[in-house]
Amino acid sequence: MAIALVLVLIVVGSVLFHFLSPWWWTPIASNWDYIDNTIIISFWITGVVFAAVVLFMAYCVFRFRHREGNRAAYEPENKRLESWLTVGTALGVTALLVPGLFVWNHFVNVPREAADIEVVAQQWQWSFRLPGKDGKLGTSDTRDVSAENPLGIAPGDPNGQDDIVVEAADLHLPVGKPVKVLLRSIDVLHDFYIPEFRAKMDMIPGSVTYFWFTPTRTGSFQVLCAELCGQGHPLMHGVVMVDTEQDYLAWLGQQQTFAQLSAPKQTGSANRPSEKTMASGLDVAAKLETLEAR
Amino acid sequence: MVDVTPADAVPPAEVGEMELYHPHSWWTKYVFSQDAKVIAVQYSATATAIGLVALVLSWLMRLQLGFPGTFDFITPEAYYQFITMHGMIMVIYLLTALFLGGFGNYLIPLMVGARDMVFPYVNMLSYWVYLLAVLVLVLSFFAPGGPTGAGWTLYPPQAIMTGTPGGQDWGIILMLSSLILFIIGFTMGGLNYVVTVLQGRTRGMTLMRLPLTVWGIFTATVMALLAFPALFVACVMMLLDRALGTSFFMPAIVEMGQQLQHNGGSPILFQHLFWFFGHPEVYIVALPAFGIVSDLISTHARKNIFGYRMMVWAIIAIGALSFVVWAHHMYVSGMHPYFGFFFATTTLIIAIPTAIKVYNWVLTLWRGDIHLTIPMLFALAFIVTFVNGGLTGLFLGNVVVDVPLSDTMFVVAHFHMVMGVAPILVIFGAIYHWYPKVTGRMLDETLGRFHFWVTFLGAYLIFFPMHYLGLMGIPRRYAELTDMTIMTESAHHLNSFISIMAFIVGFAQMVFLFNLIWSIRHGREAGGNPWRATTLEWQTPETPPAHGNFGKELPIVYRWAYDYSVPGAKEDFIPQNVPGTFGPSREPA
Repeated sequence: MAIALVLVLIVVGSVLFHFLSPWWWTPIASNWDYIDNTIIISFWITGVVFAAVVLFMAYCVFRFRHREGNRAAYEPENKRLESWLTVGTALGVTALLVPGLFVWNHFVNVPREAADIEVVAQQWQWSFRLPGKDGKLGTSDTRDVSAENPLGIAPGDPNGQDDIVVEAADLHLPVGKPVKVLLRSIDVLHDFYIPEFRAKMDMIPGSVTYFWFTPTRTGSFQVLCAELCGQGHPLMHGVVMVDTEQDYLAWLGQQQTFAQLSAPKQTGSANRPSEKTMASGLDVAAKLETLEAR
Repeated sequence: MVDVTPADAVPPAEVGEMELYHPHSWWTKYVFSQDAKVIAVQYSATATAIGLVALVLSWLMRLQLGFPGTFDFITPEAYYQFITMHGMIMVIYLLTALFLGGFGNYLIPLMVGARDMVFPYVNMLSYWVYLLAVLVLVLSFFAPGGPTGAGWTLYPPQAIMTGTPGGQDWGIILMLSSLILFIIGFTMGGLNYVVTVLQGRTRGMTLMRLPLTVWGIFTATVMALLAFPALFVACVMMLLDRALGTSFFMPAIVEMGQQLQHNGGSPILFQHLFWFFGHPEVYIVALPAFGIVSDLISTHARKNIFGYRMMVWAIIAIGALSFVVWAHHMYVSGMHPYFGFFFATTTLIIAIPTAIKVYNWVLTLWRGDIHLTIPMLFALAFIVTFVNGGLTGLFLGNVVVDVPLSDTMFVVAHFHMVMGVAPILVIFGAIYHWYPKVTGRMLDETLGRFHFWVTFLGAYLIFFPMHYLGLMGIPRRYAELTDMTIMTESAHHLNSFISIMAFIVGFAQMVFLFNLIWSIRHGREAGGNPWRATTLEWQTPETPPAHGNFGKELPIVYRWAYDYSVPGAKEDFIPQNVPGTFGPSREPA
């Protein structure tokens, strides 16, 4: 008999936990509240089904438990009931799928006005590239990566010369402007993930992947890597600052272009992070130590 | 239409019986045995032993997550080795081996009315190759650099690179070799199970009279035979990339400032191959559990399984559909986004036959005569955890909902609930159910109930709250959860709670193991058919069944497997080998 009671308690406990526990998603900072709404729809539909099935079980266990002289009914099939249940389930599934696909369609079609930005991942840090005055990112190739050219921007491509390179530092974005994030990796799989933006996407060496979003409030947001990328994976943090237009332009003015960075004999180049990270070669331990120190 | 065959209507056998090769020495009887029942016990014992390793590994990783920074020996490197080996052992070496090699071997010949598997010698080889695969896996713990820490999905390029534990040492090589061996071993066993079900059934045992246990194991085996080759080629290719420097999965890469010699390979190709195996694998584990739990519920509720034909077709539909849903594991992998529309649709369609199975289980309880035996308790617990895990699958399968949840603790909670906890509860239920047939004695009831309550409630308390950590955005596969802005103090407390529950649930399994060993000698005598069940394995002349299973003559089957509480019959069950002389048995036409 205990089991019938426990089944009821599981339903009640789960529902109470859902509504009362302090563990819930972070306040959203992008336009993807569509996704949050789809999750809410999913919680309602699946929650009702879960409660119904488990409570029905609890009732059956209580009502039809074995007592002396009891005998089970003999009913191999019930075509009507089975068809109704199938149709009902199909409707429930459709109610989940249709809004889901609708939002997905929105997610994969990037609006025309979205500005391109690029994120480049490597074990275990984030770098960024913004198009320069021409509004175009130059082509890139992992084969072109070197200590002087950490993002592998094609040296011969005129579009790339004015690209702004932000190596292993914070990215700034203006609030309210849609961005298309182009994702690249030069070593293993990584995944660019900011919980407050809801969106995430893997980065694959040898390909360029993407997603888009519009930051909807200013602030500092932590970037996490969401695809296992080796020992340093949990330490691979970064920062995206969402600024007002003014602050953003001020930040942008301080950044250096690819041409400036690759000009020979520039002063202060010894302090560039690339020197530190690239010099360590294949020394994983040294790399992890610098990460821990940060 | 009544599908009960009267005693005089059975045609004579087309082929006469052949004498089995009987073992003469202790070695051929208990070690190099060709008896499917002995092989089943060997498979089960080996799977349990390696499963214990996985259990200890899960404790170690929970120590780190629950009490970060307390245990110095758990470095990130060690942590990744723990999670990788835990996952791989549980999915492949425990669940697959136990359901197919263990339950498949024991139950298929007995349930279909065969004397043994069709190819007993190959069946024996299957076990020894499996054992070799397990030994190679264990070897990697002692190899220089330790086992691989690439995650159980083994995604390249990192799986074979320096930044991953075992990537440039022996770990990954031994892992891939072990998988290749496992697949070879499984294929030998799998062909046997399929041919035995198709060709080895006794007279009268039509396909639509098979117990659902056999349907589940049979369909899962067919799927495994089709799915494992994809993993096989992926393993061979990655081994070539690692050992010979080929570039199947390796594009141009700059690793820590050095250009590697690879170029032109596709990391995402590996993911497609892996999940082309990996998704059917979920159902390779789930379908035998579906089948077994159907029989447990029916037997212990003393009622025929509701909608038998629908159940069979649902198993087949799930098996077929599971081959066209694999890329739902890859929604955020960077594959073409339009794949999302297709795979979300196929994935959610699979929910329909799965839901039908759930309805039919609970409708079997309706107006039953429910005996709350330990197998029945485990079956009920299975329905709860499976429904829970299946419903969260609707989140992750619905492509856009997966975007924020993918790679978070939500996924960990989901798959543990649906393919960890749920099938393992069925395994426990099945062991309590069939142990009397295997040993002739019952498992201890008090220890069994203790084991059930701690395991069921503990597992639910571990994995239900874990979903909400994922909803917060906490990623999976993080050796350290510190320095994260989204990580709250209360979330750390929740992690400690989950860890403590994990130790308690693990401890309960020690009680279960003790029960398994103790009851061999001290358990209550079971008799031949303690549950008063209808299927053929309970009708053997000896318990435990001797070599050849059925004594001098094979049983003849006159009815389906679910004649419980037939109106007009004296007893509340009629075994399958009893001719159609009682009441109106209305087996579906």
